[in-house]
Amino acid sequence: MTAIIDYGVGNLFSLKSSLNLVCDDVFVTSDAEKIKRADKIVLPGVGAFGDAAEKLKSSGLFELIKDEAKRGKPLLGICLGMQLLFEKSYEYGEHEGLGLIKGSVKPISEVLDNNYKIPHIGWNSLIFKKESPIFKYIKNGDYVYFVHSFQACDCNESVIATAEYCAELTAAVCRGNVFGCQFHPEKSGSVGLKILKAFAETEAAV
Amino acid sequence: MITKRIIPCLDVKNGRVVKGVNFEGLRDVSSPVELAKFYSDNGADELVFYDITASSDGRKIFTDILCETASKVFIPLTVGGGINSVGDFDRVLNCGADKVSVNSGAIKNPDLVYNAAKLYGDQCVVLSVDIKRADGGFRVFAKGGRENTGMEAIEWIKRCVGNGAGEVVVNSMDTDGVKNGFDLELLEKVCEAVSVPVIASGGAGKIEDFITLFKKLPRIDAGLAASVFHFGEIKISDLKKRMLLEGIPARV
Repeated sequence: MTAIIDYGVGNLFSLKSSLNLVCDDVFVTSDAEKIKRADKIVLPGVGAFGDAAEKLKSSGLFELIKDEAKRGKPLLGICLGMQLLFEKSYEYGEHEGLGLIKGSVKPISEVLDNNYKIPHIGWNSLIFKKESPIFKYIKNGDYVYFVHSFQACDCNESVIATAEYCAELTAAVCRGNVFGCQFHPEKSGSVGLKILKAFAETEAAV
Repeated sequence: MITKRIIPCLDVKNGRVVKGVNFEGLRDVSSPVELAKFYSDNGADELVFYDITASSDGRKIFTDILCETASKVFIPLTVGGGINSVGDFDRVLNCGADKVSVNSGAIKNPDLVYNAAKLYGDQCVVLSVDIKRADGGFRVFAKGGRENTGMEAIEWIKRCVGNGAGEVVVNSMDTDGVKNGFDLELLEKVCEAVSVPVIASGGAGKIEDFITLFKKLPRIDAGLAASVFHFGEIKISDLKKRMLLEGIPARV
C-alpha cells in the first residue's frame, strides 16, 4: 500500500495515475490511520514552502510523517515535497522543515549567472553522485523534468544526483529510507515511471 | 544540460483532433489520447491541447479526454482554449493539466494572469499571444486572430509577465501556415524583453527551421508546431537527432 499524502497542495492526478502503473493499491489520503497502515509514503507538493509546512502542521501530519519515516518506512518527497524533508527553507522568510535530511533550501538565483532563466524549467539530465535503490532501472544521463526556483543546499552527504544548470543543482537526495526528487518523476516519461517503480520496490529499514 | 523543448500542439473539437492528421501505424489518428501517447513515445517534450469547442457539451467531452490522456501520458501537459476565469484553471488542472495557457481570456480580463499566478504559481500560467504586423508595429490579435486589439505586442507581453505569466508562447500570424521558418525578428524582440521561457510558434515547415531558430536565438526555450508533426512532415525523432548533430541540446 502506497499513501500519497493529500494536504491541499497541488493536484495529485498525474502522480496517482503514474504510481498506479507501477504498484498496486495506491491511495490519496490525509487520514493518519491510513498513512500509518501504508507501507510507503509519497509526499508531493507545489507552491510555497511556508504555506505547505503550515498546512502539514495544521492537519497534524507534520509529526506523523516524521515518526513514520523514523520508524523506517520508505518516504519519497517530490519537488516541494523533497524540499520539506530538510531542516529549513529560506523561501520568503525562514521556515522549519521536517528535518529528516540535514541541509536547507535556498534560491537557485544564488548560484546562477544572468544568462540563466528562473525557474529552472524543462528536461535536464541526471548526474549520478551515489548509487541508490531508486536509480536501479535508470542510467546516468537520463533526462527528467524540472520546475523549480529553490534547491536543497549544504546537504552534500545526502545528494545522490545533480543536474547541470550553470551550477550543479541538487536533483535527488537519499538518507536511509528517506528519498527526495527535485524533479517530477510523474512528468518524466518512462524514466520517471522507472524511478517510481524502483521506489515502490524499496524495503523498509529495520 | 537543460534541453530545448519540442512541443506538438493538438487542436481538439468535440473530442477529436482537428486539422487532418495523417500517421501510419496509428489506429485512430484523430483520437487525442492515442495521438498524445504516440508523440510522448516518440520524443515530444511536452504537449499542448487546445480546446476549440464552443459548446458546454463539447467542454465536458474535452475535460474527459484530458483526464484520460493525463492518466496514460506522463509528460507535461498544457491546456488552452476557453480559459476565461480562475474556475477554468481549476477545471483543467483537476483533470491532470500541468500548465494553463491564456490568450483572449487575459485580454478580456487583465486580472486573470495575476489571480491565477497567485493561486497556482507562475509556473502554471502560460501567456499565449497571437501577433501580427499592423499599423507599423507588432499588434496583439484576439479571438483566434480575428480581431486587432490595437495593443502593442511587446508591451502586452511585458505586462503579463509582470503579473505572473511564467512562460510565453509567441505565435506569429505573419509566418503561421507559410511553412518558411519562425518569425525570428519578432521572437528576438520578445526574448530581449522578458526573462521567462519563450516558446516559438508559427512557421515551422522543415527541420532546418527549428535548427535556425535555436542557433540564431539561443534564448528561445522551445519550438511549437502542429501540422508539420501531424502530417509526418517532420518526425520528432529525426528533428532531435539533427539538433544533437548541430550541437543543440535535445532529449533523445
